[in-house]
Amino acid sequence: MNIVVCIKQVPASTHVKMDPVKHTLIRDKAGATINPCDLHALESALQIRENYGGKVTAITMGPFQAADVLKKAVGMTVDDGILVCGREFAGADTLATSYTLSSAIKKVCPADLIICGKIAVDGDTAQVGPGISKWLGMSLVCNVIKIEKIEDKKIFVKRAVEGGNELVSVSLPAVITVDKSINIPRIESIKGRFRELEFEPKVVNAEDIDCDLTKIGLNGSPTSVAKVFVPERQKAEHELIEGKNAGEKAQKIADFLFESKLII
Amino acid sequence: MEYFLSDKEKIVAETAREFAEKYIRPVRAEYDETGEFPWEILKKMGQADLCGIYIPEEYGGLGLGVFGLTLAVEEMSKVCGGITLAMAATALGTFPLLLYGNKEQKEKYLPKIASGNMICAFGLTEANAGSDAGSIATRADKDGDYYILNGTKTWITNGGVADLYTVIAVTDKSKGARGTTAFLVEKGTEGFSFGRKESKMGIRASSTTELVFENCRVHKSQILSREGMGFIVAMNTLCNSRPGVAAQALGIAAGALDEALKFSLERKQFGSPISSFQAIQHMLADMAMEVEAARAILYQTARTIDSKKQKNFSKESAMAKAFCSDVAMRTTINAVQIFGGSGYMKDYPAEKMMRDAKITQIYEGTNQICRNEIALQLIKDAKGKK
Repeated sequence: MNIVVCIKQVPASTHVKMDPVKHTLIRDKAGATINPCDLHALESALQIRENYGGKVTAITMGPFQAADVLKKAVGMTVDDGILVCGREFAGADTLATSYTLSSAIKKVCPADLIICGKIAVDGDTAQVGPGISKWLGMSLVCNVIKIEKIEDKKIFVKRAVEGGNELVSVSLPAVITVDKSINIPRIESIKGRFRELEFEPKVVNAEDIDCDLTKIGLNGSPTSVAKVFVPERQKAEHELIEGKNAGEKAQKIADFLFESKLII
Repeated sequence: MEYFLSDKEKIVAETAREFAEKYIRPVRAEYDETGEFPWEILKKMGQADLCGIYIPEEYGGLGLGVFGLTLAVEEMSKVCGGITLAMAATALGTFPLLLYGNKEQKEKYLPKIASGNMICAFGLTEANAGSDAGSIATRADKDGDYYILNGTKTWITNGGVADLYTVIAVTDKSKGARGTTAFLVEKGTEGFSFGRKESKMGIRASSTTELVFENCRVHKSQILSREGMGFIVAMNTLCNSRPGVAAQALGIAAGALDEALKFSLERKQFGSPISSFQAIQHMLADMAMEVEAARAILYQTARTIDSKKQKNFSKESAMAKAFCSDVAMRTTINAVQIFGGSGYMKDYPAEKMMRDAKITQIYEGTNQICRNEIALQLIKDAKGKK
C-alpha cells in the first residue's frame, strides 16, 4: 500500500507580521516548523505501515527551505520525501495548491491513501485535503479521530461531527484529514536522524508533474485578499471594586451582577 | 566542557534528551508512586531506536558501543533513573550474550533486543552470594542434553518482566568459581518462576524480583561460552556494564544539579534569590565540579572499552562506577538541602533523585567491591613492574 502524507511548512511563531502591500504573511523572519496537525498525519501513516505494511511518502509544496519539514518526516522514518518547488507555484491559494499537490501525487507517487492534517495553523482554511480529493476523484473523510482498520480495499475510520462521532468506511484510494486527537506523534528516531544527515528530497517542478500552468501559482488562484489588518483593541470601561476584605468585595461584585441581571 | 562527540553520538544524546522530556518527565512521579513497570515507555524507546545503541549493526543495533549507551542512559537518567533502568538493565542482561554468545544465539535474540521487543536480565546474586559471587548455590545438574536448574536468585532487576535471563549456576561444585556456567533461560521455561516483586526505596518504576528454579530443564545449546566459564562471563559482563550504572548515576547527579540551580534562582529569602548567597553558591560549585569530573572519567572509560585497545579494563570500569555513584549520592543530598523544606516533599523532584541515587552505590558490585577491584589491579600492576 502506498500512503502519501501532505505536509506543510508554517511559521514557527504565532506572532507573524503581515506584508501591508501584498497582504500576505512575512514568513522569513518568523522561523519555520512543520504544521502541528501534519505530525499527526505522519504518525497515522506510520502506524498504518506498521500494521499493514507499505510505503510512506511525504510531500510538500514550497521553497527550498521547505525541505526541512521533509527531513523531519524522514527522521520519523517515512520512506521518501518529495518537494514540489518552483517560482511558478508562488502565490498559490488553496485551489491552486490542491491542484498542484494532486498533480504531483498522480505523476510522482500514486497513492492508495492520502493523509493530510485537517487544518494548517497559518491559513486556517482546512481546504487543501478536500481539494486534493476532488482533483483526484477520490473519496474523502475529514476530521478523522481514529483509524479502525483497513480491509478489502476499504478504510474504516471514526470522524468527529457535531454532537457525536461517526464510523465511516470508504473505498481506497481515498483522502482522509486527521484531527490532533487521533494520536501522539513519535519523536524522530535515531536511525531516522542518521538518514537525515544524508537526505536530499526528490525535487519536482511544474514540468515534471505535467500540470496546467493556468491552474497553478498566482494564475490559478481565484482568491484575492482585499485587505488584511490587525483589529484595533476596543477600550472597555472598568471600575475597581473597593472593600475591607475579599468577602466584602465578593459581595459587591455579586450584588452588581444580580442588579444588572447578568446572573439571576 | 567539549567532549568532541561525533554527529551520530550527538544525535543519540539529542534523541534521548527529547525522548525523556516528552515521554518520561510528565509521568516520572506517577511511576515512582505506583511502582508500575513502564511498558508503554519502553515500547516507544524501541521505536526511537534507543534500545539497540550498543548492539552491532549486523544484529539490528546502531553499533555505537558502550559510549553510545552511556550517552543515552545519562540523558534519560537526568529525568528519571528508574524508568531508564528498564532499558539500561536490559543492556546488563545483554552483555553476556554480546560477549560470549555464539552466532545462533546472537541471531536468535539480539535483533529482538535491539528493536525493544525483548527485555533482558542478569541473574547472579543470591541470598548468600552477592559480593561473594564465588558462593553461589543455584545448581545445574547435567541430564543428557539438558541441565536441571534448582535454586533462587534474588534482587534481579527486570525480574518478571524480562523475556530472557542470563543465569549463573554451579555445574561442578568441586571446582569452586571455575565450576560455574552461564545459561540463557527464556521466560516461560517450565520450572522457572518469579518470587514477589520487591518494594524499593528508589528506582521504583523498575521491577525487582526473585528468580525461582525448580527442576527447570535447560538445553545445552543455551549455555554461553562453555561449561565452567560462568564466573568469567559474569565478571566480564560487569566490566562492560558498570559504565551503564555510572551513566545512570551521572544522569541522576546532573539532573539534580539542574533542578537545584533552577530552584536557587527562583527561591527568595531575605529579599534575594538564594543563589545570591555564598553558602548556596559553594554547594552548587562543588556539585558542578564533581558532575563534570564524573562525566570525564566515565566518557573516557567508555571510549577506552570501545577502542578495544586495552584488554583488561576492570579497574577503569570500577573507577567510573564507584566515582559516578558517589557523586550522585553527594549531589542529590545537596540538591535536597538546597531545596530545603521543599526538597523533603514529594511535590518536588529532589527527594526522588536522592532515593534513586542510592542504588547506584550498591548494585553491579558495591562501591566497596569496586574499590577492592581497583586496588587489586593497582597492586597487580605494581608487582608486574618489579
